[in-house]
Amino acid sequence: MNIDSIENGYVIDHIKAGKSFEIYNYLNLDKLDTSVAIIKNARSNKANKKDIIKISDNMNINLEILGYLDKNITINKIENGKIIEKYHPDLPEKLVNIIKCKNPRCITSIEQELPHICELTDKENAVYRCKYCEEKVQREGF
Amino acid sequence: MKHLIDIKDLSTDEINHLIVVAQDIIKNKERYSKKCEGKKIATLFYEPSTRTRLSFEAAMYELGGNVLGFSSSSSSSVSKGESVSDTVKVISGYADIIVIRHPKEGAPLVASMKSDVPVINAGDGGHNHPTQTLTELLTIQCEKHRLTDLTIGICGDLKFGRTVHSLIAAMARYKNIKFVLISPKELEIPDYIRKDILEKNNIEYYETNNLEKFMPNLDILYMTRVQRERFFNEEDYIRLKDSYILDKTKLENAKDDLCIMHPLPRVNEISVEVDDDERACYFKQAKYGKYIRMALILDLLGIK
Repeated sequence: MNIDSIENGYVIDHIKAGKSFEIYNYLNLDKLDTSVAIIKNARSNKANKKDIIKISDNMNINLEILGYLDKNITINKIENGKIIEKYHPDLPEKLVNIIKCKNPRCITSIEQELPHICELTDKENAVYRCKYCEEKVQREGF
Repeated sequence: MKHLIDIKDLSTDEINHLIVVAQDIIKNKERYSKKCEGKKIATLFYEPSTRTRLSFEAAMYELGGNVLGFSSSSSSSVSKGESVSDTVKVISGYADIIVIRHPKEGAPLVASMKSDVPVINAGDGGHNHPTQTLTELLTIQCEKHRLTDLTIGICGDLKFGRTVHSLIAAMARYKNIKFVLISPKELEIPDYIRKDILEKNNIEYYETNNLEKFMPNLDILYMTRVQRERFFNEEDYIRLKDSYILDKTKLENAKDDLCIMHPLPRVNEISVEVDDDERACYFKQAKYGKYIRMALILDLLGIK
């Protein structure tokens, strides 16, 4: 199967096999009008199988959420056909409407229209807390 | 715009400044009696409270200002299903400053995000109650004349007691503070207080279930009520509610200048016979609450 290499854009590599569609949805890639390729079950030396997403002709995508979902993902930023940056995403400082606070005493439990905001309070242990009630929220990454 | 949602919102300098202003108000009440003339405070109390609400109202009246508000959800538009955000957007057009108490944690933060005027958290469930903490600090300063070099005993419900958690966090800022944490096993302080505050700041602390043993060491004894509303299970509440009752016998070995504090309301954890003891400071403490709230209102309104 051939997927052309891209000139400008991102290659999101080392996605856990089978998780590319979830990432596609988290990143709202369905809203893009540029080319996006999802490669499922590609061969991987590290993990036997992996998924890859290639996003062409778009350099303005917020990929922060990837650090929360799976720190093993590799992001390749490509310009003029060359990788100009390759990195594992960091844990984002803030997550909005990604995880829901489940504390029954939290204001978000009765006011449905409030955005669920979680903030990174302990980077070392990847602890996120609800901005409103400060309860530790359960991570839902891969 | 400044709000007070969490005691952590205030730097130590800001806390110290509020204490200085509150002490000046105590000495020179007349000088402050017209400072808030023409200003209105809205007290939005979504759950019942006597002391806190009346304390804020008295504070505003003593500053020459006016008060509007409601004292329960049933007498407000909440009963029609209005959100905190909408209520606050409307009320911030009527008042110069808002005080909010709400049973849900984080409601005052939501209010501050939507308000055009300063918001003060007057308690959000078991979460934060910063003006109570300021009250304790003013009490300690006025009664002990220092906020450093103190051994503070905290007794009763250390698990659910929000005033306890805030007091530990606030006093942890000051030098040479030791804590003696007295509670039954089931009501010990949560692990995050132990790790994130006490151990992180290298604060000396002892955990015990024996009040008498540590009594002679204490400069301050902070008693708390085992609160029925924090328990999901009535049986647990009944089993633990009478764990510690302070009476004259227990005070026999206490220091002469011990300061006995309690956030009130008391049920039976301090015997009424202790009320006449010179070391009982809890009713004075409630009075100090009004003065620190006066200082806070002035500060948030930017009035010198």
